[in-house]
Amino acid sequence: MLESMLSGVGQILTVSHILYMCLGVSVGLLVGIIPGLGGIAGMALLLPFLYGMEPGLALGMLMGMVAVIPTGDTFASVLMGIPGSSSSQATVMDGFPLAKQGQAARALSSAFLSSLCGGVIGALILTVFILMARPLVLGFSSSELFVLTMLGLAMVAVLSGGQLFKGIAACGLGLLVGAMGTAPATGEFRLNLGVEYLFDGIPLVVLGLGIFAIPEIIELMIQKSSIAREQAGLGKGWKRGVQDVWQNRGLVARCAGIGSIIGTIPGLAGSVVDWLTYGYASRTVKGEKHFGQGDIRGVIAPESANNACACGAMVPTLLFGVPGSGTAAIFLGGLLLLGLEPGVSMITTHLDLTYNIIWSLALANILGAAFCLILARPVAQLTRVPFALIAPVITMLVLFAAYQATRSLGDWYSLIAIGAIGLLFKQAGWSRPAFLIGFVLAPGAETYFYQSIQFNGLAGFMRPGVLIILLITALALLYPLGKKLLARRRDTASEKVETTSVVERTQATWGVVDVILVVGMLLIAALSWYDVRDISFIAHVFPMLSIVFLGGGALAVALQIRTEGAIRVEQPALQELCWLAGLLMVIVVASVLGFVSTAALGSLLFLTFVAKARWLTIVLITLGIVAFLLGMQSLLSLHYPSGLLDALVFSGP
Amino acid sequence: MSDRKKRHRPPYIRVLMLALVTAMTFQSSQAADSVTTPVPDTLTWTVPFGVGGGTDVWARFMSHWVGESLENRPAIVINNVPGGGSITGANLFYSRARSNGAEMIVTSASTQYPAMLKDPRVRFDYSRWTPIIAAPTGGVVYAQSSMGGDLKEVLEHLRQHESKFGAQTPTGLELPILLAFDMLGLQVDPVFGMRSRGEGRLAFERGEAGIDFQTTSAYFSSVTPLVKSGQAVPLFSLGVMNDDNVIVRDPAFPDLPTFSELYLAQPGTRRDDMAYQVYHKFFASGYALQKLLLVPKDIDASLLATYRDAAKKLAENPEFLEAARQRIGPYDPVTGDVAARQLEAAMQMSQTRRQWIVDWLKQKHGIRVVTQ
Repeated sequence: MLESMLSGVGQILTVSHILYMCLGVSVGLLVGIIPGLGGIAGMALLLPFLYGMEPGLALGMLMGMVAVIPTGDTFASVLMGIPGSSSSQATVMDGFPLAKQGQAARALSSAFLSSLCGGVIGALILTVFILMARPLVLGFSSSELFVLTMLGLAMVAVLSGGQLFKGIAACGLGLLVGAMGTAPATGEFRLNLGVEYLFDGIPLVVLGLGIFAIPEIIELMIQKSSIAREQAGLGKGWKRGVQDVWQNRGLVARCAGIGSIIGTIPGLAGSVVDWLTYGYASRTVKGEKHFGQGDIRGVIAPESANNACACGAMVPTLLFGVPGSGTAAIFLGGLLLLGLEPGVSMITTHLDLTYNIIWSLALANILGAAFCLILARPVAQLTRVPFALIAPVITMLVLFAAYQATRSLGDWYSLIAIGAIGLLFKQAGWSRPAFLIGFVLAPGAETYFYQSIQFNGLAGFMRPGVLIILLITALALLYPLGKKLLARRRDTASEKVETTSVVERTQATWGVVDVILVVGMLLIAALSWYDVRDISFIAHVFPMLSIVFLGGGALAVALQIRTEGAIRVEQPALQELCWLAGLLMVIVVASVLGFVSTAALGSLLFLTFVAKARWLTIVLITLGIVAFLLGMQSLLSLHYPSGLLDALVFSGP
Repeated sequence: MSDRKKRHRPPYIRVLMLALVTAMTFQSSQAADSVTTPVPDTLTWTVPFGVGGGTDVWARFMSHWVGESLENRPAIVINNVPGGGSITGANLFYSRARSNGAEMIVTSASTQYPAMLKDPRVRFDYSRWTPIIAAPTGGVVYAQSSMGGDLKEVLEHLRQHESKFGAQTPTGLELPILLAFDMLGLQVDPVFGMRSRGEGRLAFERGEAGIDFQTTSAYFSSVTPLVKSGQAVPLFSLGVMNDDNVIVRDPAFPDLPTFSELYLAQPGTRRDDMAYQVYHKFFASGYALQKLLLVPKDIDASLLATYRDAAKKLAENPEFLEAARQRIGPYDPVTGDVAARQLEAAMQMSQTRRQWIVDWLKQKHGIRVVTQ
């Protein structure tokens, strides 16, 4: 074993290995920074080189790419509120508010430092763990996987703070949207409204963009300010971010630990881990908390976890050939192409290659984070630019990212639909993470519940692993309650400490948007019930359950408003919805004229008439957008909706 | 054309004429018999699956070798269009691809089966495509060794006791396997929703599933250790199809009986009974021709011949065969006319047979399959 370790070190510390790894790291950062691309695009870039390469070098290159994607995607989530991939969704929660407070550099530097630490800790854990991980991976039966999804769903209660019923309704809606498409147990179609696009359900990236990015963009459009409203101290943030990580080193280590363990469990995609650690941080950290409004620990926790998770995901990929995450699935393809079959041989005959992979991960994490740390300071200045000037760029980026999900116009239309939900949720203070968590966990919860019943019967829920996870879930749910009781006994005035992610309102409120949402949700519940009533029992039991959550939650919100004498508050949404309609028009135009022409024309018109920018700025920004789109098209052989005008002006390769 | 005449014409006319003539040659080359159409410089392969999946890896592996075996060494671009279990990409290729010989599609069992079952989402039609090269695969069914020491004991156990099998979808790659279990009278209860065969194997290793199936390459890398350690016992292979469309022993597993042997040894069974016929069809299109590289049938005939010659040459290239053996198993690729004949035979599914399998899925597993 020691021999393999040494040979692994020998392999990665050669000039050629480091050079190929740098190539991998730069590709990984490129596809990580640009929202919506991620591992699949990176792999497409590297695959042509891969065939026939020496396995050790090729692995270094692949690992370099895979390792830094969760690092690079932080830029978009912090600076623009765009969750570029599934691993950066929780980062948006506090990272973007920090950027709005003029602390983008602080948020970025602590995010990158946490990523670095998380990645290195993950690799260290993996070094030892991979040798004995087999029993653990095999210990997780479908029953344990099912209750783990329940633990994930319990985060809804944690994250919705004082507004539990709204959280439950939002989560129910997420579960229902997640159940769209095909029933895993029977292959029956359900809830797809007869639209072919919906047979596969809505892609996660589109949902994340719609629920987080669209409402933020529209808010910024209306305010017409720069992203950073408070301009003070932008330059000093860098150092402070480093200090933040140092002060929270315990949190970093714990989240990295959680990340690498959750990562080893195949089937639970990395998208849960950031919410789990985010919820964990918001529950356990001490001192004053303002999660959801720019608490640096809300950035540190998920960022240390997601790089560690990428390490952990290598365990099932290498040992069982079952990828633990989307990126790992792509890495697996690379392995096969190199002629390496995953399996037990990876810790026996090929142990040196396995160590090569693990330590390449660590080294790539260091390289990637160092590079991003250097970039963080200048890039953070972007948040000072008046938003009207970068609005066309961000809008184009969001549309670009959404369209890469399945390369169908359906991506854009569902972006708008989800964007409308996100907008209403934001205006009325309904929990957007709850919706996202419901969506992310829906397929896992359903499949594992069904499989667990089929494989193990009810006895499966008495397994020790299941009981332990259920205990943790109960603790997560009851922790604030217990704390509240304790606090009440001690001092009634200490309420302020418990404030979690959402501002706790002492008095219940309601507004027009609440009414729209409650009525809309009840309608959706009824229509969904009508849609699934005819399919077989095992295919409709899960959507039914989601409908119960959705309808029950919505009714409870309605009752709360009626009985508790809630105060009516203003919930403006009309102007926001008009902007959304404008975006819809852009999409319609883009599908007729073509994306590149529309992006160029839209940017020209917007900058001239809305932003009233100088002509040089207008030309430069527009040219930049066109150059980016065409460059990406030829580099990654991407496709955009090519309408009438694109075909004439920009005939692609 | 004489020199004197040439001199009288202004030079730009000559350039124009030359351009015109060149353009016409390109246009009419389809009509001209003697001229073989050149292979385009860039070939685009539509892969209706995601990056890194089994079919994608096969396509990328093949693109390297197919590119090498064509004289002009064209660049081959892989265009992944995932969705709908490959139906989306195949539909798109069917409606959009031009028959210029530059556009090809790579399909797999999960593309073939919905077409045979007339899934309402399917708009493509295999009869309009023709194969250039196809890769067969085999596979092995194995069970927990706690069920018994030898084949007879295990089969007897499986006939008496219900056991689980982790499967992906009712109409996917495992369809003939499910059929095989029933035809042998084994009480196997499928648990659907696995996202890959690997997850099914994981369920077996955890002890949740009692019986499992893997294709040859995965069997060698991941199941052989289980057999060696005494956890698993192999039961039967699926066999391979010979040139006369008869299933024979798999060269990768010469000591293992095939399913066909076990089935036909049972009293009252014949090669031409309905169950075996249906099984044979799905085996042919899903295993004997698991991965296919296809072009639209109406591409230029000489170009098709060029591609098929290249494929034939490739199938005899020892370097390629060596590399392919490592990844796909000891199966020789099927090329040209043979592949086309086999594909045509496999994809023709009579209405009675289709109805039979649909009814079987409904009665046996409570699965409702919608057909067109």
